[in-house]
Amino acid sequence: MNAPVTLALTLDRLAMRQRAEISSIDWDAMSENEGARLRALGLDEGVTVEKLHKGMFGFNDPIALKVGRMMIAIRKSHAANISVVIPA
Amino acid sequence: MSETAPLIVLAGNPNAGKSALFNALTGARQKIANYPGVTVERKSGHFQLANGRPVELVDLPGSYSLDPTSPDEAVTRSVIMGEQKGERQPDAIVIVLDAANLDNHLRFALEVIALGRPVLIALNMMDLAERDGLTLDPAKLEAELGVPVIPTVAVRSRGLELLSAAIETRLSEKNEQLTTIVPKERGQGLRKQAKEIANMAVVAETAGRRWSERADAVFLHPFAGPIILLAIMFVMFQAVFAWSEAPIGWIEGAGEWAAAAVEANLGEGFLRDFLIEGAIGGVGSVVVFLPQILILFLFILLLEASGYMTRAAFIMDRLMASVGLSGRSFIPLLSSFACAIPGIMATRSIADPKDRLTTILVAPLMTCAARLPVYAIIIGAFIPARDVGEGIGLQGLVLFGLYIFGILGAMIVALVLRSTVTKGPNSGFLMEMPKYQLPRIRDILLGLWQRAWIFLRRAGTIIFAATVVLWLMLTYPKVPIDSPVSQVDYSAAGRIANVIEPVVAPIGFNRDMALALIPAMAAREVAVAALATTYAIDAPDEEAEAKSLTERLQSRWSLPTALAFLAWFVFAPQCISTIAVTRRETNGWKWPMFMLGYLFALAYAAAGITYWSAVALGL
Repeated sequence: MNAPVTLALTLDRLAMRQRAEISSIDWDAMSENEGARLRALGLDEGVTVEKLHKGMFGFNDPIALKVGRMMIAIRKSHAANISVVIPA
Repeated sequence: MSETAPLIVLAGNPNAGKSALFNALTGARQKIANYPGVTVERKSGHFQLANGRPVELVDLPGSYSLDPTSPDEAVTRSVIMGEQKGERQPDAIVIVLDAANLDNHLRFALEVIALGRPVLIALNMMDLAERDGLTLDPAKLEAELGVPVIPTVAVRSRGLELLSAAIETRLSEKNEQLTTIVPKERGQGLRKQAKEIANMAVVAETAGRRWSERADAVFLHPFAGPIILLAIMFVMFQAVFAWSEAPIGWIEGAGEWAAAAVEANLGEGFLRDFLIEGAIGGVGSVVVFLPQILILFLFILLLEASGYMTRAAFIMDRLMASVGLSGRSFIPLLSSFACAIPGIMATRSIADPKDRLTTILVAPLMTCAARLPVYAIIIGAFIPARDVGEGIGLQGLVLFGLYIFGILGAMIVALVLRSTVTKGPNSGFLMEMPKYQLPRIRDILLGLWQRAWIFLRRAGTIIFAATVVLWLMLTYPKVPIDSPVSQVDYSAAGRIANVIEPVVAPIGFNRDMALALIPAMAAREVAVAALATTYAIDAPDEEAEAKSLTERLQSRWSLPTALAFLAWFVFAPQCISTIAVTRRETNGWKWPMFMLGYLFALAYAAAGITYWSAVALGL
């Protein structure tokens, strides 16, 4: 049986227009309030996201994600705490 | 209104269209106040149900969850739970949902429904959902949730009668427990349940026209985005001057007409002088700036209502991060270009407390509309009206420079504060960017009217009082005839100014300026009214009195003095209302006092450096 080939990386390294599923979030790396806000905006384990936009040239930060039917802006430093897998 | 009018509250995620629904239901009859003890706005209004029964409607702050992450969300939670101080237990809760965003918005709805209170759902923005290729079945959603679901399009006033009828029914069956749904555990379970229900309510989903996403491909483009933002801001500031010329002329004309009418109908004496020099001259010189303030607010309201403001915050976030702030601070700071008071109030949306405090402290450095009168009169008098390039006037360039001066000052101060008094971990930037929306003209006009009213009330109260007191202090005691001393020198105000003058003399300020600074504590723009009143009283004869304020300034002030005065006003915290709102928003006197101190120190230093450099350069 061949296991499906998946690619694991952190959310900040996602390419434009790439879709990925959040596999784990390092809740300890952020304050409780930040964690709650993250969940409130629909970013949670098991959710599929798509990178839609990136910030001003030269910085490419923050990034805009499609989460469900919402668009969420998040800084790369935060996104680095979120691990995603890209399904094969 | 009777005390027994049922209380209906509107709750829901931010960007669900709650405020539009609130405006559509209550019209212009709304009252804005604060909840006791906290700096959270309570927006309430009244409307009548179909059977004529009056109800009170309260628009609660937008919330993503009943687990509060900000003071706003904490108030929403405690009102819904019936625990908020100063608020009755709501008789019905209307949860406003964005139809195109059900899976996200349903989480909050499920949390509230689980409480077992009388709940209704307004399934809002149905039109946008349809345009997005989404067909929903409200009946199915109603069956799943066990509470009435009414489709609405608040911005087009659609579905309001049905909603009103449903509220009526809900009120009559108030004590019955209708809820059948049992919410799953918090967190993941809740999210999954929301998604399941949302999927069930969606009948069909086609690609649709993703016009909002396509617009963002341009507005959020890494290159085009910042350029468009810069262009919008440039047009905004140009419009403030270009569009206001004609209406300013009308207001000036009305002032002259009023002065002439008073002169024709009243004999010489105290009352005539008081009305012409004090009331019409003083207040008139401030009301003249109403058009510019309204144009600035028009742009800010349009940018906010269309959804562009959050894009601006996205683009600016990285730059703001370099001074320790976030894109969230951009909106309050941009609003502060109109007036620091709404700007400081808009900081409530900043979740991080240190971020918020820093933004409040630097907000007065943004060049607010009240500085325009001061800048306009000094620039008009001392900066020659010539072009320094194709279509670029020197006067406009100096004004632009003053804005930049303020922005740079704010950035440096923010950087310093963030590494000293508001030191803390780098704040994050996490924000929903709603779909673009065509602003509703009615909502924009309502917003403009509220701003105009606040300004006129200020002109009619604080500014009027300050001008009148100053006029009286300048007029009395009367200088004896044949005295070599001028009226201003002899007057009470003049004597006070003579005491202050030595303090400000090193930075090039003369006695008249010291005099203007006192009443300008009430509001910056009073400085212009004060100078106008001072020179009107000091005029030796009718001919001199007829000279414009501009000519008088030119003959009495040197260029370095004028430039120092401009530099002073970039920083000076001369606005009692700003200090008061800072006290309210920070819950104490510590930070407003800090603000007052650091801004005066900066103003003194900036004026001094400007004056000494200008003198050294031989200007």
